[in-house]
Amino acid sequence: MTDLLKLSGVHTHIGRYHILQGIDLAAPQGQVTMLLGRNGAGKTTTLRTIMGLWPASSGEITLGGERIESRATPDIAQRGVSYVPESMAVFSDLTVKENLVLAARDGPMDDKQLEWIFGFFPALRRFWLSRAGSLSGGQKQMLSIARAIIEPRKLLLIDEPTKGLAPAIVMALIECLKEIKRKGATILLVEQNFFAARELGDNVLVMDNGTIVHRGEMAALASDVPLQERLLGLSLEAHQ
Amino acid sequence: MMLLSGDPPRSRVLTLVLVVIILALAATPFLFPGAKALNVAAKICVFAALVASYDLLLGYTGSVSFAHTMFYGIGSYAIAIALYGMGPNWAAVATGIVVGLPLAALLALAIGLFSLRVAAIFFAMITLAVASAFQVLASQLSWLTGGEDGRSFQLPELLRPGTVLVSKSLFGFEINGRILTFYLVFAVSALMILALLRVVNSPFGRVLQAIRENRFRAEALGFRTVFHLTYANCLAALVAAGAGILNALWLRYAGPDTSLSFSIMLDILLMVVIGGMGTIYGAIIGATIFILAQNYLQSLMGVASKAASEAGLPLLPGLLHPDRWLLWLGLLFIASVYFFPTGVVGRLRNGGGHKSAGASH
Amino acid sequence: MTELAATDPLPKPKRDIAPILLPIALALVTIPLIGSPSTWLTLTAASLAMGMMIFIMASGLTLVFGLMDVLNFGHGAFIAVGAYIATLVFAPFAASVQADSLWVNLAVLAPAALLSMAVSGALGLVVERVLILPVYGQHLKQILMTTGGLIVAEQTLYALWGPQIIPMPLPTSLRGSFILGDVAIAKYRVLATLIGLAVFIAIQLVLNRTKLGLLIRAGVENREMVEALGYRIRRLFLGVFMTGSALAGLGGVMWALYREQVHASMSDELTVLIFVVVIIGGLGSIGGCFIGAILVALVANYGGFLVPKLALVSNILLMVAILMWRPRGLYAVTSR
Ligand SMILES: Nc1ncnc2c1ncn2[C@@H]1O[C@H](COP(=O)(O)OP(=O)(O)OP(=O)(O)O)[C@@H](O)[C@H]1O
Ligand SMILES: [Mg+2]
Repeated sequence: MTDLLKLSGVHTHIGRYHILQGIDLAAPQGQVTMLLGRNGAGKTTTLRTIMGLWPASSGEITLGGERIESRATPDIAQRGVSYVPESMAVFSDLTVKENLVLAARDGPMDDKQLEWIFGFFPALRRFWLSRAGSLSGGQKQMLSIARAIIEPRKLLLIDEPTKGLAPAIVMALIECLKEIKRKGATILLVEQNFFAARELGDNVLVMDNGTIVHRGEMAALASDVPLQERLLGLSLEAHQ
Repeated sequence: MMLLSGDPPRSRVLTLVLVVIILALAATPFLFPGAKALNVAAKICVFAALVASYDLLLGYTGSVSFAHTMFYGIGSYAIAIALYGMGPNWAAVATGIVVGLPLAALLALAIGLFSLRVAAIFFAMITLAVASAFQVLASQLSWLTGGEDGRSFQLPELLRPGTVLVSKSLFGFEINGRILTFYLVFAVSALMILALLRVVNSPFGRVLQAIRENRFRAEALGFRTVFHLTYANCLAALVAAGAGILNALWLRYAGPDTSLSFSIMLDILLMVVIGGMGTIYGAIIGATIFILAQNYLQSLMGVASKAASEAGLPLLPGLLHPDRWLLWLGLLFIASVYFFPTGVVGRLRNGGGHKSAGASH
Repeated sequence: MTELAATDPLPKPKRDIAPILLPIALALVTIPLIGSPSTWLTLTAASLAMGMMIFIMASGLTLVFGLMDVLNFGHGAFIAVGAYIATLVFAPFAASVQADSLWVNLAVLAPAALLSMAVSGALGLVVERVLILPVYGQHLKQILMTTGGLIVAEQTLYALWGPQIIPMPLPTSLRGSFILGDVAIAKYRVLATLIGLAVFIAIQLVLNRTKLGLLIRAGVENREMVEALGYRIRRLFLGVFMTGSALAGLGGVMWALYREQVHASMSDELTVLIFVVVIIGGLGSIGGCFIGAILVALVANYGGFLVPKLALVSNILLMVAILMWRPRGLYAVTSR
């Protein structure tokens, strides 16, 4: 199994603060890699560093064998990476349609792809011409994910997609991500919802204080409750 | 050390330069005869204090205000109007101070409270708009301010040039009211600068710097950033008004050109950047360099311009004309923000190293 | 599933029309105050013309602000440069300017305006590369650099053209007024209003109907996300900056004709006005900028007529009032 994305010894500073303190991680091709950890552990910072939104101050990031750590965000995106930020960042002044038009940067939207997305997120069809700002939180999350998959991408970086979603929508989302994985995409997924993490994850990385403190298979972590408690605190079981 | 609030210049060359400047200023009445030298020295003192107060805002909180001359002008006009209206007596001086300083502080408070409500990015623009409105207002309310002509006034007896305090026969120097006024300006400016040094080295000053570095972080740490910023604004306004009072006392005049105009604001910006932001000492250096250049370089430019026009060079005479000295200053300004962001003081402290102050990213 | 049934009506997008009603209400309220309807009409027409000119100058600035968070305190320089460049065309063709034929006049006016826009736009390119790019993302330095740029630009204009005021007479066919009953409306004001409207409509079309415009609007709201979608926003920004500079140049020509004179200090006077408009409108909002410009002009004209003393600070009062109502301006489109 080759690694599509690899970080080795990545440090990131924000202003004077040393946030990432030597991250080594790999996201194997075609698998879902979960990134877990407490609030403030540095998960979002890791994704933003991969995306080039915070510059890595040292270390190496490779995508499909190519060094990308000093590339600009648009270059990284154009190499087939899409990003679903924690804040969703839909363009609220634009309509749902316009959001997706922009996301399809290689040309007009593909109708089949669109139908496939509507299958998971029917709300998007319904609010096709509404301002994205008027969508509900969950609908914005759907739009944000739809933006990331409107064209096929090699690597998806998704930050806490289930945050604030109703259980039914979480199920739809899990189905959707599984389907994306089946189509061959590699996913690096930050998730606090352990249930979703267990459903989706092939591998798992646990972060704390800007470093990776555990790596292994999801199945192993899922079946080892004491380890979960040690790594993630007691709150996780309650999260389900 | 006590006097400097534990924040010495931290560079041997810088210390030397500062000592030379301060000694030269203090000894100007005896070393450099003539009215021009004394005028230049007094202006350096006033501006050193004014620029230091601006440094409190720009250098320590990172907020750009274009309303600083407004406070300076309030001080100038308060004293001028009081002395003009009430006659040359100490009661008038006291009235000017008692009215001018609180007025400046209140206005700063109002601006601060107002910018509480609005997006932080508007601050510089709002201060610019307010300052320009104030300027228009001052020139229109001519019954009060004398309009474009400003207000000339007489000083109390003690401070007049005609008042001889120590006659020449005693030390070979005459000490008159004018020289006394100079030392008044010198001493009050020095006090204000020392007070500012104390402020920036207090816990309050360190909070300001934390806010400059990362406002959100400072807020997250529990500092009420708005309170601190507004307080800093009021302090800066107070000192600026104080400098304005000194300026008017020295000139025996307050008018739009000497105390309110936008070009003074630009001068202040230039001085603070050239001297070095966020150091307070930079204000003294910046004011000295700038005012010396303003008074002595301009005549040099005149000579160069004449030479260029006699040599039949195109364009150069126009560019070197003394009136165009702001052009060169503007270029110098851009160059110093670009290549030299820590100013003279930063350079001297880093021993000429290339450490940039742009760590704000 | 909690989805709505397909037959449910779409929720209507809420349009925020209060700001649009504001200038209209202001205009209506002043009718009884001013008394004479013809005076009111003249004042209102004057306001529209003035507002449109200010809008043209401010539109680029608000987009630059919104899109890249760049504080350009030197925007006024493009206005003055535009005006001075136009005098270069006007002087040699003084005869055509004086000729009493609209077409002959326009044959001078149009190239003059185009040349001004080209020079201001090109200057915008230089300013963006030299002054803004090196201090990108640092507000303090942006303000300092662009303020320095403004000083240099103004002084260079003085050095090249001299410190005196340069007259810039209106072409003959644009002098005088259209008389409708007892209402006189200056011809040039009508032209200025039409040009302003055309610019507004053109900008709106680009912003709403083209992918480029979508990118600009998206970038105003969230620059990072546009980049994360794979678009190089810097190039887009340079384009917007140059367009904004060119529009400022056009506004400068129009303002010079309106005042019938050119002077480098016009940039200072207008900078304040433009800032007020940009703040009132909300950073990055073209619609807000348009309404803000009209409001500023209405308040200046009505105020100047009703309470001349107050007119001096009317801008500030307007700005304070609007910001008390909406702290981020009429339309808050940026996420900052
Ligand atoms: N812009 C910033 N400036 C300063 N510090 C920051 C900034 N953004 C994040 N941090 C700090 O970096 C650390 C890691 O933050 P990050 O957002 O990566 O955590 P996270 O693991 O995503 O947390 P959460 O689960 O709450 O989303 C935190 O301590 C945070 O305070
Ligand atoms: Mg996070």
